[in-house]
Amino acid sequence: MQFFQSVLLRLSTTFVTLLGVAVIVFFVIRVVPGNPIAMMLPPGATESDVTRLTALYGLDKSIPEQFLIWISGVIQGDFGTSITTKQPVLQLVLNRLPATLELSVMALIIAIILGGLMALTGTRLRGTKTEAAIDVTNGMALSVPDFLWGLILILTFGVLLPIFHISGRVTPSLQLPFTTNFYLTEAVLRLRFDLWLDIAAHMFMPALALAIPLAAIIGQLLKQSLKETMHLDYVTLARTKGYSETHVILHEALPNAILPTLTLVGVQFTFLIGGTVIIERLFSYEGLGNMAIDAVINRDLPLIQGIVILFAVIFTGFNLLVDLTYAALNPRLRHA
Amino acid sequence: MLDGRSAIKRKLPARLVLSATWLILLTLAAIAAPLIAPKDPLAQDLFLGQLPPFWVQGHEPGYLLGTDSLGRDVLSRILYGARLALTVALTAGTITCIIGATMGLLAGFLRGWVDVLISRAIDIWMAFPPVLFSILLIAVLGPGLSSIIIAIVVIDWTRFARVIRAEAMTQGAMDYVASAQVAGRSRISTMFTEILPNVLPTIVVLLTLEMGISIIVEAILSFVNLSISTDDPTWGGMIAEGRTSIHQAWWVLVFPLATLFLTVLSFSQLGEGLKDRFDPVLR
Repeated sequence: MQFFQSVLLRLSTTFVTLLGVAVIVFFVIRVVPGNPIAMMLPPGATESDVTRLTALYGLDKSIPEQFLIWISGVIQGDFGTSITTKQPVLQLVLNRLPATLELSVMALIIAIILGGLMALTGTRLRGTKTEAAIDVTNGMALSVPDFLWGLILILTFGVLLPIFHISGRVTPSLQLPFTTNFYLTEAVLRLRFDLWLDIAAHMFMPALALAIPLAAIIGQLLKQSLKETMHLDYVTLARTKGYSETHVILHEALPNAILPTLTLVGVQFTFLIGGTVIIERLFSYEGLGNMAIDAVINRDLPLIQGIVILFAVIFTGFNLLVDLTYAALNPRLRHA
Repeated sequence: MLDGRSAIKRKLPARLVLSATWLILLTLAAIAAPLIAPKDPLAQDLFLGQLPPFWVQGHEPGYLLGTDSLGRDVLSRILYGARLALTVALTAGTITCIIGATMGLLAGFLRGWVDVLISRAIDIWMAFPPVLFSILLIAVLGPGLSSIIIAIVVIDWTRFARVIRAEAMTQGAMDYVASAQVAGRSRISTMFTEILPNVLPTIVVLLTLEMGISIIVEAILSFVNLSISTDDPTWGGMIAEGRTSIHQAWWVLVFPLATLFLTVLSFSQLGEGLKDRFDPVLR
């Protein structure tokens, strides 16, 4: 019973948060100087054209009135119409979302692999120079944000050793037979590994840039908890049974040491998604973040609102999921 | 365990010394920029566009690190860019720190409705993608130094507030706070005289880290062309330009990027180094 109460409480705070985001973004962008209507009309448009279009987009009403109209639309799934492209905001945003999701998930997978490898190698070779080197690498990776890693990757693997693509999502001349925008996923399902390779080669650099700081966090925390676990009696027992050190780490210590890291990954994943905004810009990757920056530059108010709300829904929804999973798995919280 | 501890102690000074040295040199260079910069950072010369640095064939004497596509001296622009970067780091970092730490102290120590209010605000802030939020704020405020500083403060105060709130809660539950209360101190006075000194080390560490973050935010905003005016030399603006001419003139990207990298790394290493110093467990 208490569990459901805490779930309800958590749901209602999530709702308050989302409403807060909606209010802030709506009022903040209405202070933006620059008339979006004047920007979309060709030179030569008359004063009455501007007035007519302003009325069409509802921009002639008072700001609180505009907010009520917009928010009641949002609740019914209508996010308005983009001023620059004249398409429904929801459709535009949902078209770009798969690109950003695939990029984020790929980055997450890379981060887990890199971080896990660093932690396991560091634990296996503890006390050696390799462990010290891993610690220093970790510290560096953690100190520098994804934006700078992206630039460094562009320079090294885009220019000095041009192995990977540093711009776009897919080679533009390729014919894509896809029905959804989950290119990477659909390429696998359609067994088009030629396309998959091209898309992955475009995605790898931005994904790696996003992954490096998270990999460092995972590496550091997992290594720390492995270190603590390695001192426990049951690990010593496994060792005296004659298992190899690698076996002890992988089969005895890892399953117990991994839990705190998993919780952290859940929280950090939202930060990674937030990082896609600038990384997509840097790599001209056609995702949500890149579209958001264009929307701000073009003063496309309905589109900005839609994208910010979607990001907020992803962030809060994911945090909610992490919290609830944690609560459901943790018996102390479940019965408290 | 003992070995690990002494290893950390020996490693510590090196990274503190190295990062502090770089930051001091950079600060001196930024202050002395008008004296030591070999050229005018804004002077264009289209006949001297994309000159390579001094060790590469085809360089021109006087342009140590080469020129960008408009013929502006890369070294001079980096030096002048350092002035802006450090100004942003110091002012934005300090103001963010003061506002964020105060919010955190109030929420963590006073609790009650103050805490509810501030914590809800933090929740809402955390639901915004920070880079998009900063770009949006600059679009609202218009480009310029004060806009950048305001944007950083508005977005990043939660970094301080979250951590300091938790620390203040821990400190607030301790006996010495209770004795101060029994002695008849007011809540606010206790907060500043008893809690603040105890969370100060954490504040200093966060401030150092925030300075590095501020520089990155400024670079990102210049990169999407929303920072200061387009003429003023900024590291981010140079990087944006270097990104477009990367195949013709790598030096336009490499030198400002390297400077930015070292500076951000130094702030962060300084912060981490201070954290280890302050941490009584490690000491």
